[in-house]
Amino acid sequence: MIKKTCLSIAIGLLCLGNVMAESVFVTLENDNALAIVDPIAGQLIKTIPIGQRPRGIAISPDYKFLYIATSDDNTIKIIDASTFKELGHLPSGKDPETFALNPAGNRIYVSNEDDSLVTVIDVPNKKAIKQIKVGVEPEGITVSPDNRWLVSASETTNMVHWIDTKTNTIIENTLVDPRPRAVSFTADSQQLWVSSEMAGSVMVLDANNQQLIKTIKFEISGITTDKIQPVGVVIDKERHRAYVALGPANRVAVINAQTFEVEKILLVGQRVWNLAFSPDQKRLYTTNGTSNDMSIIDLDSQTVTKSIGVGTYPWGVAVKP
Amino acid sequence: MFINPLKLTANNLFAKKMMPLINPPNQIFISLLYLLLISTTHPAYAKAKLNINIAYLSQEQKNPPQLSNLDPFVKDKGLKGAELGIADDNTTGEFTGQQFNLVKFIVPIEGNIVDTFNKDIANKFQYVIVNLNAEQLNTIADLPVAKNILLFDVATLDDALRNEQCRSNVLHLLPSRAMRADALAQYMLKKRWNKWFLVIGNSPEDRLYADALKRSAKRFGMKIVTEKIWEHTYDARKTTQSDIAVFTQVDDYDVLVVADEHSEFGEYLDYRTWLARPIIGTQGLIASAWHKTHEQWGAIQMQNRFKDKAGRWMEEQDYGAYLATRALGEAATRSLSSELNPIKAYLLSPAFALNGYTGAPLSFRSWDGQLRMPVLLAAPRSLVAVAPIEGFLHPKTELDTLGYDQAESHCQWTPQ
Repeated sequence: MIKKTCLSIAIGLLCLGNVMAESVFVTLENDNALAIVDPIAGQLIKTIPIGQRPRGIAISPDYKFLYIATSDDNTIKIIDASTFKELGHLPSGKDPETFALNPAGNRIYVSNEDDSLVTVIDVPNKKAIKQIKVGVEPEGITVSPDNRWLVSASETTNMVHWIDTKTNTIIENTLVDPRPRAVSFTADSQQLWVSSEMAGSVMVLDANNQQLIKTIKFEISGITTDKIQPVGVVIDKERHRAYVALGPANRVAVINAQTFEVEKILLVGQRVWNLAFSPDQKRLYTTNGTSNDMSIIDLDSQTVTKSIGVGTYPWGVAVKP
Repeated sequence: MFINPLKLTANNLFAKKMMPLINPPNQIFISLLYLLLISTTHPAYAKAKLNINIAYLSQEQKNPPQLSNLDPFVKDKGLKGAELGIADDNTTGEFTGQQFNLVKFIVPIEGNIVDTFNKDIANKFQYVIVNLNAEQLNTIADLPVAKNILLFDVATLDDALRNEQCRSNVLHLLPSRAMRADALAQYMLKKRWNKWFLVIGNSPEDRLYADALKRSAKRFGMKIVTEKIWEHTYDARKTTQSDIAVFTQVDDYDVLVVADEHSEFGEYLDYRTWLARPIIGTQGLIASAWHKTHEQWGAIQMQNRFKDKAGRWMEEQDYGAYLATRALGEAATRSLSSELNPIKAYLLSPAFALNGYTGAPLSFRSWDGQLRMPVLLAAPRSLVAVAPIEGFLHPKTELDTLGYDQAESHCQWTPQ
């Protein structure tokens, strides 16, 4: 309401900077830019140059800083999440794509795909403190909400590596379906969900013993199985539902996170890639790689409510309340 | 049913947790008991590594005559790809207790591949990556000693080898001529280049390529308006400039489709035809399993890793050999075996899905051993399209719109 009033009395710009309810940030791999979207109004607010080939993005727990991997600059940039000024950069190693921020916000773990390494960065000191040897082409990476595990998935080795965050050493490896992409913990840190692009599956692993609980497969009428290539996966805080981006199938699967049944398939945009919840978990945002837009899914009604053109090759997504 | 083999550490942690509850002498006894238990219940993960030995068989080649000095002649096409694949397999192997070993056998030009196979490979290896021509491949495949060996063909394009002459101990890692021609035809249909001027070189391979193109034209309802053989009848009065202009004065057509596998004249066609028409086929816009312009779907990482290792671009045979070793690695890891039967069964099963950095999971066609794969359509400096082209549908997998589908196959595998 406040915002609407502001707009109506034509001092919108001033108000937008301070009062805007929620912002969605989308990295645009081909535009070397960051798109800023108001998801309530369903509008692209602006696009700002951010660096060469931006991909992975995360926001600090206090929502003050954005971390953006600008792959062709070989760095992760620290950006002020309000003014979008560049505040510094982190030694990410070569060609950073995906990375994970720990819950405290003081460690960033980067997958260095070409070197089969995970680089551990001390964020306050902007220093790389360790490199961990993992399998070939590490991609998906995440930290458990309880900060017990760092998990890195190697696309070519077909494994997830369970790394102790205290010692930064691999404790366990689990063989998963071919070409694992995204890894995501449930809010209680009890389960790890792993998407596999080539097998077209999602594996749910028990974080306590790293054993497989369930393999979820997808069937979509009119789409051959080759096209079902799961990428991004997120699970809601209550573990009611999980959502999986199905890549070139152009759809998001809605999964009952208790029974692991696929409840619904939602058509979004082409080569849907990464997913993020709104802070209140009422909406889900998707980046659609080759249709240059993002979709907004209303989670109460489980319908796609809006597609917003954002720029070319939208890749990562982060949300600020 | 997949049994996670990597649970030893977790079991160990459990054992460690339990230990303080048990008095010391019993701890030792229980430790021994535990070791005995894991060595019997997890045979694949006992201390000794499971070795998977792979032979790489090729023969030295004479430098072919070349039209241009731009592309150096690559002597080790194939081998470097196999080496990279083995390195990747062994990274997984480090975690799963499997060791992949590659032994190369490069027969000299005047050497005898059958002797090498009989003496050095048979009875020593169950898996052989074969980088030889079609005739040599069949000779090897038909040797009695090859009966219980799985051959990974990383060189031939011959449709006959996937049809009438198919062998049940051979898997083909590169797209056949029919798959390439179908890829080109799909693209030409999409562009509505329906009228083809087919130009064929005079090597036997060129005729096979032309046959594949004719099959595709029929399959996709395209029209070959003119067909001409390039005769190589140079004389002093002819120059490339005038010769090709004269040669290409034919009835109107949409696209010149060329079959010149050894690149003896095809590169001269572009910009020199009588009418301004695109060139497609073995030159101009080409169909290939792999190309240096390809970067999507993580291919850029593959290109970088290969270049770091080999110091050159990845060639098709390298890609084929890479896929062969990766397929073998994947099957060995999943089947927890080094033995031929379980590995071959896994390779041909629906569960098998291999990443080839081309946007679709690769698998083997159960009816002819051909790897089911996308085909890249590339210009010299840009990737133009990836077949199957969108819109060409198939009830099972769009990849089977390329080449001989199950119902069309003439391959009858004799069961072993």
